[in-house]
Amino acid sequence: MYAYDEIDRTLVNERVSEFRDQVQRRLSGELTEDEFKMLRLQNGVYLQLHAYMFRVAIPYGTLASNQLRQLAHVARKYDRGYGHFTTRQNIQFNWIKLSDLPDALADLAEVGIHAMQTSGNNMRNVTSDQWAGVAPGEIEDPRIWSELIRQHTTLHPEFSFLPRKFKIAITASDHDRAAIKVHDIGLRLIKNEKGETGFEVLVGGGLGRTPFIGKTIKHFVHGRDLLSYIEAILRVYNQYGRRDNIYKARIKILVHELGIEKFSREVEEEWQHIRNSSLQIDDEVIEDIRSRFIYPAYEKLPHMPDELRQAAADPDFEAWRKNSVAAHKNPGYSIVTISLKPIGAPPGDATAEQMDALADLADKYSFGEIRVGHEQNLALPHVAKRDLPALWKALDKLGLATPNVNLITDIIACPGLDYCSLANARSIPIAQELTRRFANHELANLIGRLHINISGCINACGHHHVGHIGILGVEKNGEEVYQITIGGRADESAALGNLIGPGVKFDEVADVIEDIVEAYLALRERPEELFVDTVKRLGVEPFKERVYATR
Amino acid sequence: MTSPLQKKLKISDSSVVTANRTWDGVVVYRTAAKGWSADLADAAIVRNSDEAKALLAEAVADDVGAIGPYIAPVQIGEDGKILPGNLREQIRRDGVTIDLPV
Repeated sequence: MYAYDEIDRTLVNERVSEFRDQVQRRLSGELTEDEFKMLRLQNGVYLQLHAYMFRVAIPYGTLASNQLRQLAHVARKYDRGYGHFTTRQNIQFNWIKLSDLPDALADLAEVGIHAMQTSGNNMRNVTSDQWAGVAPGEIEDPRIWSELIRQHTTLHPEFSFLPRKFKIAITASDHDRAAIKVHDIGLRLIKNEKGETGFEVLVGGGLGRTPFIGKTIKHFVHGRDLLSYIEAILRVYNQYGRRDNIYKARIKILVHELGIEKFSREVEEEWQHIRNSSLQIDDEVIEDIRSRFIYPAYEKLPHMPDELRQAAADPDFEAWRKNSVAAHKNPGYSIVTISLKPIGAPPGDATAEQMDALADLADKYSFGEIRVGHEQNLALPHVAKRDLPALWKALDKLGLATPNVNLITDIIACPGLDYCSLANARSIPIAQELTRRFANHELANLIGRLHINISGCINACGHHHVGHIGILGVEKNGEEVYQITIGGRADESAALGNLIGPGVKFDEVADVIEDIVEAYLALRERPEELFVDTVKRLGVEPFKERVYATR
Repeated sequence: MTSPLQKKLKISDSSVVTANRTWDGVVVYRTAAKGWSADLADAAIVRNSDEAKALLAEAVADDVGAIGPYIAPVQIGEDGKILPGNLREQIRRDGVTIDLPV
């Protein structure tokens, strides 16, 4: 956990007071909606179909148990008793009243939570690997650098009125769990030949209407130069990024139109002006941030405790363990992913009761710490292996032990037309039907790793472009129609999926996905060949033939 | 951003003006009595562009009462009942099409 100081607390509290005043002035009519809109957006407040939506930041996906309890409290007191974890390590409340928002923010501020950087044309919540600091083989904890960027960019005037929103993600592992290649800036933490910490910097990735995979702009930027290099990128973006057309305003469009070479030259030139300025980071600054990340006092525990050995006889426990438990850097401990994708439920939702209970379990089994991943699942990052059977039983009682992590029912979906004012089609009912179709655990295991991503409009909050199977809802002649892509991926080999053919109607989507999966099972060379690899080997044609032969 | 009043309006069927109530975000409809109601049955019906523009202008002027007003299609049932004209408006009136988690 990161220990915030008095400066952080003052900033967050002052922000609440400021917003309370702004809300009062809005409700009294002193501020018009045109004047107020940007202010509310800068505090994570959107207007959706039925109500205001309140998006709260969970920087780099790390939550303390008392923070999760406070989120549960907000869900219960100000909303309808649940929250929705998003694809960018935030949580959203869907039914909040504007008049209640200052109180909700004040309650969150008590535990150091806020809504800054969750909306508006500014730097957004800096995301990271949900296994940061505990993943085996990680170069170092990427959250230290996420926190550095968070501190530097929060309310920074130069980054508060960008042409469009700006998202940064950081990973420090070979396997990218932070989807860095589809961010405006993606940072891969590496060491150079001298053993110094630095970053491969990617730029111009993004999804939405015009998807691009990020391009490497610099193979190594020393850690001390990270802020100046990011600032150089942002200055070039601020100068040349389009403000006349919202659809062409993201940095990915600028990088694409200038070309990575020219964009890179512009950044390099800018960087030389500021590289040796006060933006150069002293080692003491990093060490100060590092010292505020408090790691658990791990015990030396056996790799295979008796409790685990005995529980292995229970096939249900084993199914969950194999699916949801991952190796930890400390051999006596595990990382436990908690699926927020029970069969038939909206992906990423958690009730206040579940949040409270999870906070208790985190205290009991994970040193009071919870993580949030972009796949809309949670994780307990420090679970002793001897505690896994007891934790599983407790999670099962809460409906949080579905053994489907990374399987076909672990679906990423945006809120879609059920909630979102931008959406053209529903996402959640599609996800629910698909989880019912593939509810059989043996079948899901037979299929293996397969990510389905669903977006209810071209803005792609469900990241459909990078789903192994991507489903995009559009509106055609007043009806919901869904376009299917296959072959996308969001990891270190990130790729955009390819369309298989004409869109299909709402009622046909699950049948089409079943056809695609059946084709895959027949076409794969061996059980270990993942769906996405079969698509890469064969292309879309055999899947297209299967889907459209009878339609 | 273009004001809703500057957008071209083509109204060929029955429509209403809808928005979200400022203090709580609840879906509301402009009434003939120059107010807002959370019940679609109370909505003022417009049937051509001039009527729609006038009703929208009046709604936009009430910036404190509701935000984001726009013209939405409706259908008038045989019994005279006002029904949402598309899925989006049906969801706005009736709520989500899924069971809420609690």
